[in-house]
Order: sequence, then structure tokens, then C-alpha cells
Amino acid sequence: MAKNDLKLLGGWFSPFALRVRIALNLKGVEYEVIEETLNPKSDLLLKSNPVHKKIPVLLLADKAICESAIIVEYIDEVWTNAPFILPQNAYDRANARFWVAYIDEKWVPALKSILRAEDDDDEAKKPHIEVAEEVFERMEEAFNKGSEGKALFGGDTIGFVDIGLGSFLSWIRVVEKINGRKLLDETKHPGLIQWAQTFSAHPAVNGLLPEPDKLIEISKAFKQNLMAAAAAAAATK
Amino acid sequence: MASESSEVRLLGKWASPFSNRVDLALKLKGVPYKYSEEDLANKSEDLLKYNPVHKKVPVLVHNGNPLPESLVIVEYIDETWKNNPLLPQDPYERALARFWAKTLDDKILPAIWNACWSDEKGREKAVEEALEALEILQEALKEKRFFGGENIGLVDIAANFIGYWVAILQEIAGLELLTIEKFPKLYKWSQEFANHPVIKDGLPPRDELFAFFKASAKK
Repeated sequence: MAKNDLKLLGGWFSPFALRVRIALNLKGVEYEVIEETLNPKSDLLLKSNPVHKKIPVLLLADKAICESAIIVEYIDEVWTNAPFILPQNAYDRANARFWVAYIDEKWVPALKSILRAEDDDDEAKKPHIEVAEEVFERMEEAFNKGSEGKALFGGDTIGFVDIGLGSFLSWIRVVEKINGRKLLDETKHPGLIQWAQTFSAHPAVNGLLPEPDKLIEISKAFKQNLMAAAAAAAATK
Repeated sequence: MASESSEVRLLGKWASPFSNRVDLALKLKGVPYKYSEEDLANKSEDLLKYNPVHKKVPVLVHNGNPLPESLVIVEYIDETWKNNPLLPQDPYERALARFWAKTLDDKILPAIWNACWSDEKGREKAVEEALEALEILQEALKEKRFFGGENIGLVDIAANFIGYWVAILQEIAGLELLTIEKFPKLYKWSQEFANHPVIKDGLPPRDELFAFFKASAKK
């Protein structure tokens, strides 16, 4: 497919957009990236994802596909060359979907809540950090059980769960920096620590993980915008 | 084929739309299965063993292999028993079906649920959001008989809450959310859905469901 036919509406900071980039890179597909700042949300975004108004959106000539995990499945189904992102076996495939859904349901809200809290508000952050710790405990278990001694959740190649979790590596570092405490720890998560190195170094990922310090900067700016918007809303009631 | 003689078990809760999705999928495929009713106040050893992460129903156990999460289970069922496909063949159409199933869980069901259980203070806003959610869903239906086209598909199953539970919950809450006047196409779909020969037999009895939620409302 010619480069111009496939566009990804994403953001350098977005782990969800990163999932799509990794999938496309794995398949060797050419695509154009359109950077969305979300401030304000572009007309293109509002038009192509009217229901959720979120990135990423995969833009084909006349169609748009939304929701990162769904886009990754689409990519795997359209570009049937190796590597296969979803497992071939139906039960393994269901398990992969289960874990990605788990990451999205548990880790993502915890991350958002941690970022929303004031840096020194440990009380507010505590329950969410506990959720995050449980997530990584379970993912360590899942990795050790499922990878069968291989380097990645997908075995020898990057798979659905690798993409689902690995796309958050920079944001995991952000939380670690803000809290001065490790979320992924050599003693508690030896499997995931190795996995993170393998994942980051993979050619499909290398260079795409954003700098945690830059993420801290934009997350501060985003928090200020949120507070300003909340104050403005309160003032107009 | 291995699936012919396989053992299928469902751990569920009769009043739960999530559990019901799996019943519907299995019935649509004509797959025989053993059903265990779970008491969520007194979770069985099996449930804790088969779903240690969430400790919730539904859980499908196929040949001893457990699988939780209703939408994950429904896709697994579709991929394992190939008759009466629940998802389209075309990758883009499949992506759309998955999108609407997810949007139902992430946005539409919560909006309706909140509206039905909201207190006086939050009621107006919750109802507004619920009506917006139903509008979005109706637009997705377009002129089709079912979300799956001529036949019941993944999205119809995922929308079972809308097709059957909402009528009961809105009556208990004294709200008018899904009505023929407000959402004629979606209302018509809900009738087609609830009266579909296989679905009809798979849904929990209306009176019992009403009594169950009415009792919860009193608490």
C-alpha cells in the first residue's frame, strides 16, 4: 500500500498511538504520522472519532478505525505476513485479549489517577499505586507462566500483550520518577525487567519510546489545563 | 473435530447481562454446556480457581481451560465453533463490530446504569448522558435489522443489556430512556432482539429479573 494511503492520527506522548506504530512497524507497512496535540482537538480527530474524540485513529483512504487494541487486531488481520501479533491458537488468542483488556481496565485508570494527584499528595496516590503494584505482580506471573522461558510474551516475536504493556514503559518510568520508587523491580519482577530491555531494543520499538522527562513536562502542563478548566467551570455555575 | 466431544462449562449469574452474553453465544451456536449458578456473596472454589484475577462471572471452561471476560469469551466461542458466525469476515467490519462492543461496555452501559441508579442530585445529568449514549447506539444501527445485519452478531449480543435489561431497569427507576418515541429504530431493534427465537429462550424471565432489581433498588 502506498505511503499516502495509510495515516496514523497519534501523538508522540500517547502509549496507545505507540501500540499502533509498533504493530505497523512489525509488519513493515509504510504509513504517515499526523501529530495531534489534543490542545485543542483537531477537526480531523473530531471528524474521524466522533464517539470518543481520542487518539489513535488509523485513517485509511475512506475509513477510520479507532481504539488501539482494535486497530492492532485489524493490522494483524489485514497484513498477514509474519510476524503474527495475535497467537494462532484460539485459546491463546483469547488469553492475549484478556491481558490487554486487563491492562486497559486496571493499569490505565491507576496511571491517570496517579498523574492527576499533586506530586506530594501521597494519600491520594496510595490506592492507585497499590493497584499498579498488583497489575505488575500479575503481569510478572503471566509472563513467567506464558512465555515458556522465551524473551517476550509473544515468544520469539513481539505479540499482542508485549505491545499492550510495552507501550507504557516510558509512562511507568514517569510514575517511578514522580514517586521516587520502582514499579518494576529487579527482585519482584525479574522476568519483566528482562522483558522490558528486550522489548525496548526491538527494531520495531527502538527510538519510539518517549523520554520520561519530556512526558513529565507535558503531564504537568496537562494537569494545569485540567485545573484551569475545572476552575473556569466552577466559576461559571 | 475435537470441539464436538468437548466439555463446556459456564459459571454465571442468571441476572447478569454479562453472564447472559455467553449463554446467548453458546445457544446461537447450538453448543451444549453445563451451567453453574454462582453466589457472588459466597464465591465457589471453582470461580476463585478459574478467575483469580477478577473473581467474577462469567467464566467459560472449555476442556478444563478457563476464560473470563464476556466479550473475550464470545469471540473465543465464535472462533471455536464456526457455524452461525457472530463476527463478519471483512477485517474493517470486524474492527467496527469490536469497536461498538467495547463502546457499549466502556460508555453506553455505564451511562444507562448510572441514570437508573442515580440519586436526585445527579439524575438530570446522568439521564442526559444516557440519552446521548442511546442516540450514538441508534446511529450505529442505521437501517439494519440487527447490528450484525440480517443475523444476530457480536454487537447485538453485547447490547443485550439495551435489548432487554433497560426496559426493566428504567421502569423501576421511573425513567423513560429507551422508548419508541425517543428512539424508534433502537426500540424496534430491542423488540426484534428479545423476540428472536434463540435469544428469547436464552434470556432470564422478565418477572424474576424485575423482582431481583426491584429488591436491589430498595437497599
